[in-house]
Amino acid sequence: MNATVASEYSAERHSVPIEHRFNPYSDNGGTVLGIAGEDFAVLAGDTRQVVGYSINTRYEPRVFDVGDNIVMTANGFDADGAALIDRFRNSLKWYKFDHNGKRLSILSAARYIQHLLYGKRFFPYYVSTLIAGLDDEGRGAVYSYDPVGSYEREQCRAGGAAASLIMPFLDNQVNFKNQYVPGSDGKKKKELRYLSLEEVIQLVRDAFTSATERHIYVGDGLEILIVTKEGVRTEYFPLKRD
Amino acid sequence: MNHDPYVWGRPDDAVYGAYNHAIANASSHGNVQEETSFPKMNSQQPIITGTSVNSIKFKDGVIVAADNMGSYGSLLRFNNIERIFKVGKETVVGVSGDISDFQQIQRLLDELEITEEIYDNDGGHNLRAPNVHEYLTRVLYNRRSKMDPLWNAVVVAGFNDDKTPFLRYVDLLGVTYGLSAICTGFGAHLAIPLLRQLVPDDKDYQNVTEEQAREAIINCMKVLFYRDARSSDKFTLVTLKQGQPPKFEKDLRCENQNWRFAKDLVGYGSTQL
Repeated sequence: MNATVASEYSAERHSVPIEHRFNPYSDNGGTVLGIAGEDFAVLAGDTRQVVGYSINTRYEPRVFDVGDNIVMTANGFDADGAALIDRFRNSLKWYKFDHNGKRLSILSAARYIQHLLYGKRFFPYYVSTLIAGLDDEGRGAVYSYDPVGSYEREQCRAGGAAASLIMPFLDNQVNFKNQYVPGSDGKKKKELRYLSLEEVIQLVRDAFTSATERHIYVGDGLEILIVTKEGVRTEYFPLKRD
Repeated sequence: MNHDPYVWGRPDDAVYGAYNHAIANASSHGNVQEETSFPKMNSQQPIITGTSVNSIKFKDGVIVAADNMGSYGSLLRFNNIERIFKVGKETVVGVSGDISDFQQIQRLLDELEITEEIYDNDGGHNLRAPNVHEYLTRVLYNRRSKMDPLWNAVVVAGFNDDKTPFLRYVDLLGVTYGLSAICTGFGAHLAIPLLRQLVPDDKDYQNVTEEQAREAIINCMKVLFYRDARSSDKFTLVTLKQGQPPKFEKDLRCENQNWRFAKDLVGYGSTQL
């Protein structure tokens, strides 16, 4: 008595929205690379920012000195990278206010960044994060992360657009993978040793010039931040702009 | 007779049952349950849009230009929209993308100007372009993080604290960059190559005079009018010079247009080879 007699479609849900979801991410290219030495660490990145086939700018720094002899980069989606680094800087500032200006060790910084990243596990910061500095014994340290915060300490790591081009080169040149003592018939591995700062910078420059040749998201300029016990200093080298 | 259809009456509920609002997507007339079961929707696309904003630094200032059109898809809906506006004493903001979101941004920045410039609560510091840019970046990034973006690409022009020219971009995702020549939208493809002839390197703006910059920007507006179907030949050009209030020139026209090339166009919907 109470129901309207209608077509069988009337029970069906009308006006369901068609989903064209807004994509909150973009890929802004660029590549970064960190190497730890015996008493220093470097963190390098190119300065090109892209979106699609357009170059936004040829100079937008992507590696930052965040204080307490720690350098940091978050490469991938630039807005997320900037937000992550901003948040870390702000926390570090408050850590100092709250703890009488105490220095934050790179070990603690590394664990804290894990929490920043994992805190957005279900809407991640779309970045590969690297930090570099000196550990409590004064040895070079590089920590690398995935977008949701899984991290480890390493001797070297490449991240970003050309990570897959640079990482195997680093494996071979820093950790001497697949290198054997000449004349040992491939039986005796080349012994590991620390590289000097000069060797490392040369390696970084070679890595980036090669990546620039083969990857369209890499180029324009190379900025290397070098951490020693004296502090952080920056070196800039031009890269091809094509 | 009462001609208001509303009083004509309708089939009695007691006899025929309540009207089924699901028929023909009729609205649910305050049926809260049904209304809230419909997902909340955020903007998924811009509606009325403004096209490129073009800008370049010169020796002691910045020039920004944008046309006055508001498009509704391919329809020329409005031709009187001023997309460049002043914030504080010496900063201008140029906005492309959704016009209603642009107006929201304008209200936000008006409010910012009132709190920061009218009440001097920071000991004589002025609201400058880097501050406006940082504020806009946070607003746009927070909105994108709520999956409810303000659908715009914005150029902020003005001066740094040390009086050097400032020019920086931010878009609906919160992505930012600074450069000596910035164009949004179609301009990023057509106008940037023309402007980069003047400033091949970032610091080269120091060798560019106001006249050169102005000529280049006006040329860009013409080139964009030739090829950007969503642009108009009426535009506004703003010149910022250190120590002077921004100079707004409204209702400028693209002069000396030459459409003779058009007869030779092949493809793109015209004659085929």
